Amino acid sequence: MIIPHPILGPRDAQEFVYLGDASLIDRPDGMTAGIEVFHDYLYNRDNPAGLHRELWYHEQGDRSWLVVTRDTVTHEIVSAELARDVARARGRSK
Amino acid sequence: MSQSHRIAGGQIDRSTTLRFSFDGASYAGHPGDTLASALLANGVRLMGRSFKYHRPRGPLSAGSEEPNALVHLRSGARQEPNTRATVAELFDGLTATSQNAWPSLRFDAMAINDRLSSFFTAGFYYKTFMWPAAFWEKVYEPIIRRAAGLGALTREDDPDSYDKAFAHCDLLVIGAGPAGLMAALTAGRAGVRVILADEDFRMGGRLNAEVLTIGGQAGGDWAAGVVAELASLPNVRLMARTTVVGAFDAGIYAAVERVSDHLPVPLPGKPRQTLWRIYSKRAIVAAGATERPIAFENNDRPGIMLAGALRAYANRWGVAVGDRVAIFTNNDDGLRSAADLTAKGVQVVAVIDSRTDGPLLPGIRHLRGAQVIDSTGRLGLSGITVRLATGQTETIACTALGVSGGWNPNINIHSHHRARPEWRADIAAFVPGQGGPAGLIAAGAAAGHLSTYGALAGGHVQALAVLESLGITATAGDLPKAEDAPLNLSPLWHVPHGKGRAWIDQQNDVTVKDVKLAQQENFTSVEHLKRYTTLGMATDQGKTGNVIGIAVMAELTGRAIPETGTTIYRPPYTPVAMGALAGRSRGKEFKPFRLTPSHKWASEQGAIFVEVGNWLRTQWVPKPGETTWRESVDREVLATRRSVGICDVTTLGKIDIQGTDAAAFLDKVYCNTFSTLAVGKCRYGLMLREDGMVFDDGTTARLAEHEYVMTTTTANAVTVFRHLEYCRQVLWPDMDVQIISTTEAWAQYSVAGPNARKLLEKVVDQDISDAAFPYMGAGSVTLGGLRGRLFRISFSGELAYEVAVPARYGDALMRRLMAAGAEFDAVVYGTEALGVMRIEKGHVAGGELNGQSSALNMGLGKMVSKKKDSIGMVLSQREGMTRADGYRLVGVKPADPKGVLQAGSHFLEVGAPVELASDGGWLTSKVYSPHLGCDIALGYLKAGDQKIGRRMRAVNFLTGTDTLVDIVSPHFFDPDGERFRG
Amino acid sequence: MRYSGLRVIAEALTGHKGWKPVWRDPAPQAAYDYVIVGGGGHGLATAYYLAKEFKQARIAVLEKGYLGGGNVGRNTTIIRSNYLLDGNEPFYEFSLKLWEGLEQDFNYNAMVSQRGIINLIHTDAQRDAFTRRGNAMILNGADAEMVSRDQLRAMYPFLNFDNARFPIKGALMQRRGGTVRHDAVAWGYARGADMRGVDLIQNCEVTGMRIENGRILGVETTRGFIGAKKVGVAVAGSSSRVMAHAGMRLPIESHVLQAFVSEGLKPLIDGVMTFGAGHFYVSQSDKGGLVFGGDIDGYNSYAQRGNLPVIEDVAEGGMALMPMIGRARLLRMWGGIMDMSMDGSPIIDRTSVDGLYFNGGWCYGGFKATPASGWCFAHLLATDQPHPTATAYRFDRFLKGLMIDEKGQGAQPNLH
Repeated sequence: MIIPHPILGPRDAQEFVYLGDASLIDRPDGMTAGIEVFHDYLYNRDNPAGLHRELWYHEQGDRSWLVVTRDTVTHEIVSAELARDVARARGRSK
Repeated sequence: MSQSHRIAGGQIDRSTTLRFSFDGASYAGHPGDTLASALLANGVRLMGRSFKYHRPRGPLSAGSEEPNALVHLRSGARQEPNTRATVAELFDGLTATSQNAWPSLRFDAMAINDRLSSFFTAGFYYKTFMWPAAFWEKVYEPIIRRAAGLGALTREDDPDSYDKAFAHCDLLVIGAGPAGLMAALTAGRAGVRVILADEDFRMGGRLNAEVLTIGGQAGGDWAAGVVAELASLPNVRLMARTTVVGAFDAGIYAAVERVSDHLPVPLPGKPRQTLWRIYSKRAIVAAGATERPIAFENNDRPGIMLAGALRAYANRWGVAVGDRVAIFTNNDDGLRSAADLTAKGVQVVAVIDSRTDGPLLPGIRHLRGAQVIDSTGRLGLSGITVRLATGQTETIACTALGVSGGWNPNINIHSHHRARPEWRADIAAFVPGQGGPAGLIAAGAAAGHLSTYGALAGGHVQALAVLESLGITATAGDLPKAEDAPLNLSPLWHVPHGKGRAWIDQQNDVTVKDVKLAQQENFTSVEHLKRYTTLGMATDQGKTGNVIGIAVMAELTGRAIPETGTTIYRPPYTPVAMGALAGRSRGKEFKPFRLTPSHKWASEQGAIFVEVGNWLRTQWVPKPGETTWRESVDREVLATRRSVGICDVTTLGKIDIQGTDAAAFLDKVYCNTFSTLAVGKCRYGLMLREDGMVFDDGTTARLAEHEYVMTTTTANAVTVFRHLEYCRQVLWPDMDVQIISTTEAWAQYSVAGPNARKLLEKVVDQDISDAAFPYMGAGSVTLGGLRGRLFRISFSGELAYEVAVPARYGDALMRRLMAAGAEFDAVVYGTEALGVMRIEKGHVAGGELNGQSSALNMGLGKMVSKKKDSIGMVLSQREGMTRADGYRLVGVKPADPKGVLQAGSHFLEVGAPVELASDGGWLTSKVYSPHLGCDIALGYLKAGDQKIGRRMRAVNFLTGTDTLVDIVSPHFFDPDGERFRG
Repeated sequence: MRYSGLRVIAEALTGHKGWKPVWRDPAPQAAYDYVIVGGGGHGLATAYYLAKEFKQARIAVLEKGYLGGGNVGRNTTIIRSNYLLDGNEPFYEFSLKLWEGLEQDFNYNAMVSQRGIINLIHTDAQRDAFTRRGNAMILNGADAEMVSRDQLRAMYPFLNFDNARFPIKGALMQRRGGTVRHDAVAWGYARGADMRGVDLIQNCEVTGMRIENGRILGVETTRGFIGAKKVGVAVAGSSSRVMAHAGMRLPIESHVLQAFVSEGLKPLIDGVMTFGAGHFYVSQSDKGGLVFGGDIDGYNSYAQRGNLPVIEDVAEGGMALMPMIGRARLLRMWGGIMDMSMDGSPIIDRTSVDGLYFNGGWCYGGFKATPASGWCFAHLLATDQPHPTATAYRFDRFLKGLMIDEKGQGAQPNLH
């Protein structure tokens, strides 16, 4: 697979490390959320057959975490964004 | 016998004679020959034996689809099993031997299986060999396993090397027949970057095997002309002897270039083969089509081959496979073989044409509406039995029979992404359907355009389509004139007759009967058919047999072929040498070595090294006279605790963390607090995963208000850094925190022992007295003016420091420390002594940091601060992880000081039965403590904190060791920490 | 029809006219007592044991494709019970014991062959970990032994003992481990279930679930609605897709695992071998092919095919371990979709919907589990109680912090 890195252009997926569903961005706050909320966040997945937004890390590259939108049936990659931008857009800050 | 079957013509160099041998007999051939063509030229038809019935076999084909003519090529360590003689390029001195036959190819004892074939039907083994149960492993299976396989590996290491290489292009053209050449020419002339790859050593594909003309030229000459033009284009790369074996995602193709397989041994410095990873924007598969036979009884004898192969041997290699040749066809292409052979002066005794309306060939005995129903000849064809249109049978003596049942477009690569092909009734074959690999299109015969003109036009048109999709306008050119005849095929899959066997998959001995049995037993899905009968599972992946098998099943079930099922292929297109896939990663080069800056120095001292991930670390350093590793390790421990020892800790992960939010960041990633840490101090930190289990530990120092340096374990240096980047970019994107890994930037040494300060005072420029540099102090220092870092931390429990300098000074610092330490009898200690001292102190490390343990399990539960949010804090409080009877870290001593402890032993209560319910936990790490004079260990024991003082058993069933032990505090040595504060 | 050597001989002498269909092709009935979704190994085994051991009931197995077309037909055929953790080991040992009597039980030769499995040791730390594991196996009633480097060398002299990047120091061995002819397992269970009246319905895909008041009433399929008192889902690889019909999200990701087979070779490797330092494991089939594999590709996928990096990684492991295989050829590669669970261990449990039961999360270890998985799932379906060896395989273990994490990797499926 080839990941269209938003800064570096097309890069072989072999340069990256995969983490999983981009829903991991939405980490609850440990001071307010309890075990049940964290359990659902950490363990349960939509696991779709089709478009999937997922976290990849450019370990043998610029160390960017990316959110890649990829079809899990065809492996076609639709887009790649900086995870930091996605996280901010989802309201994460400090 | 000297090339008795060689006839005029062909693309071989008769000016040079190559000597070769097969099964010890010596033969001659010419450059341009394959092993198969050369053997056939010498009148040798028998080249192999089939898998199950050990039937005598000769080549079925003249290409890579070959199921029968498989040999051991070369000898000794270079012996290659299962090599297809039909594609093995002849070289001088080639040796080949037959396989799967004993004692000889001509007389094979295992051919008894053929006599017993009525017992050895498809899947017979599923129905028997069940009683008595123990007999399967002891009796039945060993017999079956001994008979398994075709060729043999010599068990010697492969002496050749293999390379990996990468190539990029706009258009990859797979196959250099008329379609591929035309596509490459069209795209090449338009200026895009083209790679043209072909498995053959001579480009041109079928054109080399035909006498057809293109634009008035002989097809082979036309091909040579196009190849010459392509070679002159700087934007075109020609890759002969290169098989594209697989289509992967995003236009990535794997190809194997046989760099040296046509040579006796690779030239110096050259690999045997190279695995190419080709990155293409577009690809055209122009892999042509593969002829398929017609199944009839005993259709597998040497001398019976595909009609197209028969004429390829004549046209390309100047070989008449037999002196009396017959042709059996259901289409016009088969007639072409009869015409070509006749033109070459080969006697064609009959054309058996299953059609009643095919065009008549002048001057040849043409039997229309007839079928071949049987053949004779024990080790090679001697005659065929023909059922004439009248219903009468006739026996015809012949030594070669060409069979054409039609042509299957090579949908192989197109189906690598599991795209289902479509059925085309007019050619009775599958063609590429929708949904192949993105960017890949088929052209020419591979797309079902079986005429020469169809191939040229297809290649041209598809290349234009590719150019257009790349945004390049190119206009259609004039195509040269070429034949454009239809196939006129009337499907005939198998000849119904009698009770004999008609082969479909020749290598695996799958016959029409087997398909019938599968149908009778309701294995009617194509997948069940394949799996039950092994159809298509042989080394040729069913290139010639699969469609026939499906067609026969369709007939039996009364369904149409597409309704019955399709056939797709998995990578690789043809089998690939394991060596090529592995490349240079073998032996010591399997993975890189990581060496610390003072590795050379340690080597000079005779250090014994141990693999820690990719690192090599000093395990211990034996001194003269020491005969066991324990002597060395005990000495290193005692000398360190007595005076001073030095240990290379460079491999620990080191991460610089800076920014105005660095403190807040560390509070998130560590379960304990770092924002309260004073500048110039360090603190032990525990890092959890989000699931609450311990991820890593290490010491982190605050060098300035907004500047920390973190250390990680050697094992987790990479994953911790990745995790920190994740936290920084993904979870808290607005934190002002920057991180960089400095593991490779600093060489770091632990200096430990009562004289550690005295030693370091000789090399560090600053005041490092206890007052100026107290326990857990940290900061920048200079060493003779060289910038460095100093941390007063102790893993050993001694007064200890870690001193770091830029990596390139690591070797010098090590030598300097040893020189300065000479007056204190300083020793170097390795990972073993380090392990002894850390276990004496009860510090957790590898065996305890197993990813399955929480802070509570390690006795560090209080470190998890609930006053702040940190990774893993919430889920560490789940009930299963906080239970009072969970595992707790304990120390273990043998009740008798001479008692032996072994890591991995399990705790059992004294007197309890040996069963799962008694399992109390296990010993995680064990060492011999020279101070305590006995083995000591750490362990995880259920409710261990409540069992201090208890006597238990530590049992290792694997070694038969059963030791009475006392459960003690894990702090064996200096529990109050007086030494490291000293 | 009973299979035996005598029957094979009798049929051979009479032209094989007497062989009967191995299973019927019944049309689905309007309703069943039990509907098992998934005609792979686990689903077929569940139906077989349900019919044989537990209930006289109307049972159907619904398969979207062909019987045995799931991962039971695309794995590397290894059986073993060399697990570490208490939640796993009794279950896998139960499975191994079922394997040992399977052929006689279902009257089909699945070629259960206990030629031993070897886990190579490269470091002292690995030896400690394998010692812990071996002792856990023995405490669970399984067999385990340590093999020294010299013993190993006598068994497999062609391994890279002298020039290895990661030296071979010995191995943990389970002699009762081995291989089984994978397709035959599916066919044997299918035949046995069919003989006991189970309807095996192929080309019947579940497209929905009818749930009212928290209770399942049946499933919508491509062949119409099929009513059921109880529905058991055993569709590893597609678990999330099927359970989504019940509105459930699972602690599972789908990943592709590639497997490989070489051309047929004369006998080289008797048992099964795993090379942890190199992500490589291998055995040799009774037909002579080296069957081998390595890591999963590591990204979510439903594509049943993988990519080059893992292919090369596996080949590198093979060459590092056995430099003799350079000239052997890889014949075929394929991909299977794994239910990668959050702790690397499976789930056999009831669900929040009454009458709906789940069996999945097998990661890449489902084949060896087939008999026990079927038995335990049948037990759960029939009795509403977990089988004693499968009590830990609950959904709520993640909520309660009772993960069964053999590798200690945490909640990241692609690391298990």
